[in-house]
Amino acid sequence: MLNYLWGAMLLIGIVYGAFHGRLPEITTAALDSAKEAVTLCITMTGVMSLWVGLMEIAQKSGIISRATKKIQPFISFMFPGLPKGHKAREYITTNIIANVFGLGWAATPAGLKAMESLKDLEEERKRHPVGGRKAAPKGTASNEMCTFLILNISSLQLIPVNIIAYRSQYGSVNPAAVIAPSIAATLLSAAAAVIFCKFMDGRQKVWKP
Amino acid sequence: METVIQILLYISDMLVPFLILYVIAHGLLARRPVYDDFVKGAKDGFQTVIQIMPTLVGLMVAVGVLRASGFLDFLSETLGKVTELVHFPSELVPLTIVRMFSASAATGLALDIFKEYGTDSYLGLATSILMGCTETIFYTMSVYFMTAKVKKTRYTLAGAMLATLVGVAASIVLAGMMK
Repeated sequence: MLNYLWGAMLLIGIVYGAFHGRLPEITTAALDSAKEAVTLCITMTGVMSLWVGLMEIAQKSGIISRATKKIQPFISFMFPGLPKGHKAREYITTNIIANVFGLGWAATPAGLKAMESLKDLEEERKRHPVGGRKAAPKGTASNEMCTFLILNISSLQLIPVNIIAYRSQYGSVNPAAVIAPSIAATLLSAAAAVIFCKFMDGRQKVWKP
Repeated sequence: METVIQILLYISDMLVPFLILYVIAHGLLARRPVYDDFVKGAKDGFQTVIQIMPTLVGLMVAVGVLRASGFLDFLSETLGKVTELVHFPSELVPLTIVRMFSASAATGLALDIFKEYGTDSYLGLATSILMGCTETIFYTMSVYFMTAKVKKTRYTLAGAMLATLVGVAASIVLAGMMK
């Protein structure tokens, strides 16, 4: 995906620029942007180190695992067909918590694991219904998979660390000013996702071929 | 509405110091070597950024070239004629579209908006909020569903688009209130 997108951006830029006599500007822009990316990363390194360092303390002192316990009722509400002890539950929780705390690199592996275990859940359902549900046909997303991905994409996040770093690099008077509005926006989009998922999940409780 | 924004700004100012205080106090109470833990995590964070540096160089060059060629302005002007009808700022059109495909390419465009219009302008604020409450729909869906070997994704795309739409709308309204 990115290969085409990136290639197209450069090709379109150069061809369009050539027709509009902007080639000298393009040369400057290419060189300046490369330099700027490195400057930006230096600012980013500071903010990210601070944040991930703090999160390490949070993890080691048990804040993260407590948060994990606290959201269990929410998980049960969103995934009524997912049994209590199933390992998919654990991965889904880890993924959501990691996203909320802005630990993107921890979120993705847990998310992929969650999808694998949800696939296993469908295998189990082929043998006998689990959580009052039968298996979805082969190659079709189960209700749990749909809910999980929609929740994931609604991207509930406490503090948009990257954005704050970028804002401070580009001279914002108050880089953190967007934290609360961001939380408000992310809550709204997550609420829309929750309502949509509950509605769609309710419409099709047991898979009917 | 004024007071809502006042409260939101107040929370924004409080949140980072409060979080640091809470995490450190909690760590000390749990008898953790907080500084050692911090340094270990900071190392991870450091490496994460160093790893994305080449990506960022590539993408910022691509966006820089696109901006310098005048194509970005052309694109926003063309698409903007349609989006202005629903009070959607045309300058955010390329960002919103690209955001659904690639996080890093969207970052490139977001930084371009910060440079062109300023971080604290209406567009800068809308961009900041939008980047935080949206995800790369197509990328995430393809990677996750590939892992589960799923081809029929049913209502996932519709739900994801709905959540994104709400997020984008909220970003624009909130940024308008802040300005």
